[in-house]
Amino acid sequence: MTAIKVEDIIKPDNLVYKKSSVLTDVPMHYCYGCSHGVVHKLIAEVIEEMNIQEDVVGVAPVGCAVMAYYYLDIDWMQAAHGRAPAVATGYKRVNPKKYVFSYQGDGDLAAIGTAETMHAVNRGENIVMIFINNAIYGMTGGQMAPTSLVGQVTATSPHGRDVDLNGYPLKITELVAQLPGAAYVTRQSVHTPGNVRKTKKAIRKAFENCDKKIGTSFIEVVSTCNSGWKIDPVQSNEWMVENMFPFYPLGDIKDGERDDVDKYLVQKLKK
Amino acid sequence: MGDIRLMKGNEVIAEAAIRCGCDAYFGYPITPQSEVMETLMARAPWEETGMVVLQAESEVASINMLFGGASAGKKVMTSSSSPGISLMAEGISYMAGAELPGLIVNVQRGGPGLGTIQPSQADYFQATKGGGHGDYRLFVLAPNSVQEMADFVDLGFEKSFKYRNPAMILTDGVIGQMMEKVELTAFKPRWTDLQVEEISGSWAATGKNKNRKQHIMTSLEMVSERQEKNNERFQAKYKQMQEEDVMFEEIQCDDAEYIIVAYGVSSRISAKAVDLLREKGIKAGLFRPITLFPFPNKRINELADKAKGFLSVEMNAGQMVEDVRLSVLGKTKVEHFGRMGGIIATPSEVVEAIESKLIGG
Ligand SMILES: Cc1ncc(C[n+]2csc(CCOP(=O)(O)OP(=O)(O)O)c2C)c(N)n1
Ligand code: SF4
Ligand SMILES: [Mg+2]
Repeated sequence: MTAIKVEDIIKPDNLVYKKSSVLTDVPMHYCYGCSHGVVHKLIAEVIEEMNIQEDVVGVAPVGCAVMAYYYLDIDWMQAAHGRAPAVATGYKRVNPKKYVFSYQGDGDLAAIGTAETMHAVNRGENIVMIFINNAIYGMTGGQMAPTSLVGQVTATSPHGRDVDLNGYPLKITELVAQLPGAAYVTRQSVHTPGNVRKTKKAIRKAFENCDKKIGTSFIEVVSTCNSGWKIDPVQSNEWMVENMFPFYPLGDIKDGERDDVDKYLVQKLKK
Repeated sequence: MGDIRLMKGNEVIAEAAIRCGCDAYFGYPITPQSEVMETLMARAPWEETGMVVLQAESEVASINMLFGGASAGKKVMTSSSSPGISLMAEGISYMAGAELPGLIVNVQRGGPGLGTIQPSQADYFQATKGGGHGDYRLFVLAPNSVQEMADFVDLGFEKSFKYRNPAMILTDGVIGQMMEKVELTAFKPRWTDLQVEEISGSWAATGKNKNRKQHIMTSLEMVSERQEKNNERFQAKYKQMQEEDVMFEEIQCDDAEYIIVAYGVSSRISAKAVDLLREKGIKAGLFRPITLFPFPNKRINELADKAKGFLSVEMNAGQMVEDVRLSVLGKTKVEHFGRMGGIIATPSEVVEAIESKLIGG
């Protein structure tokens, strides 16, 4: 009988998981249990697997992910609050061969940056847009977001979101899916291993769509913000499943390509 | 013999952009400068040079598209008029903070608010003192002819890449709308990928590879000590502009007792006023700042040793006059004359102002 040595177990053939080489070694500043970190990891893995590190440029938002550039070892642009889709457009238009993705929170994408979001998708920019919907302004300390649910208590809706005062939660992903420039619009989450795998698949598909020039790929990730919600990470997952999923149901909303141009063509006006 | 044409100021901006190898224009229509994008769209440079021309959903989007294109290390520009430039202020500040080059053209109209579509020079403060938040400056060029509208596009790009800082052409509805003879330069090809790598490769987001660190186009710095270092680096650039790139023109200033300081369309009117004053036997001269930032402080201060007074002629309530006063440093009298609301002063009004505010006053 020969004793089993450590070296026999820890060897490349037995490796079941490793950190993506596209992730840096910088410790993430995100709160424990925050969805941002998981989504970063998935993007890093997709970039590594597609071997596109040299050809990808990210656009970081203003929000908790403002410093995303510390964690993914690629070139980045850090956009003004809400303007990531415009920055991504400007870059993609002058460098069409690059993969460009924007990464935004709900305040960034669905409040201050609504115009840039809608118009980038409507133009069918061949970019990937990743949308972290945690129904709150995480970075600034838990204020109400456009996506906060009716009755949800936040720092600026301490008595719960009131429709008369604040209007309804904005399902911007459903709006985006209506736009003819959208190719792929999906809503995912990262609260279970199964959902993590599905989200990764969606991200991969979105990046692959860039090559096909079929329009914008838009991925909402329904997320948790335990610090902003003021409950622990486990309770956050439960709260999300119970309250957010019924209003923001998971799954693909559009899967195809941007609309056929001929459908829209009118006779040209004579000069 | 060059390519000589009769063109509108705004049209020439578009033509010069194509000819100097500009990579992209992003803009949103506003009077009195819409001809810039209209000309570009009609010329369809994407077929000729590969230049991108895109009508954005707003000036906010335009300037942020500029941020994106500039991040690629390319020559990108936008144009607008006063209210649109206000909307761009945040984006311009971000570009200055992230140290990105780019060219912004402001064909000024009167304000505040929606104001008037008639010409004005009321955005001098906004252009030269920063305009957006934070301690930054733009390299500001003030053309006074259609020829200079053409020449300053290329020059603006050159300086914005030299300093990795946005440059602005600050012009007005008159220069934008008027037609003049212009000699166009020969076509310069757009930079190839290899040239972009050579020129901007040390900083631009051209794609991270194993041989270099990440390139991050950001204006964010959470550590105060490091942010102060950034601010110091920016200030050093502005100082270098002051030392190396001040531009101005002097007309009959050598023996002048009364010097008019004016830029853009006001300098054209003031040149005529100088002639009228000389005819009357008054020794007048015209000093025309061509760069509004860096401002020609030093030269104005030298001229103040001999001159009996300065009159800053501007289409506003008195903005550049503050810089003239800071240049003259109390050595002699400095007054302001200006019309507002889109009214263009006449040469005889300028003559009268010299007589009443400097000679008689
Ligand atoms: C023009 C402007 N307005 C406001 C802010 C302040 N601000 C920073 S982040 C943020 C909200 C971020 O929320 P979200 O986009 O949902 O991102 P999260 O932090 O939740 O991921 C706000 C309002 C800013 N930086 N710039
Ligand atoms: S505040 Fe919320 S969104 Fe921000 S890091 Fe913490 S949990 Fe994540
Ligand atoms: Mg949020």
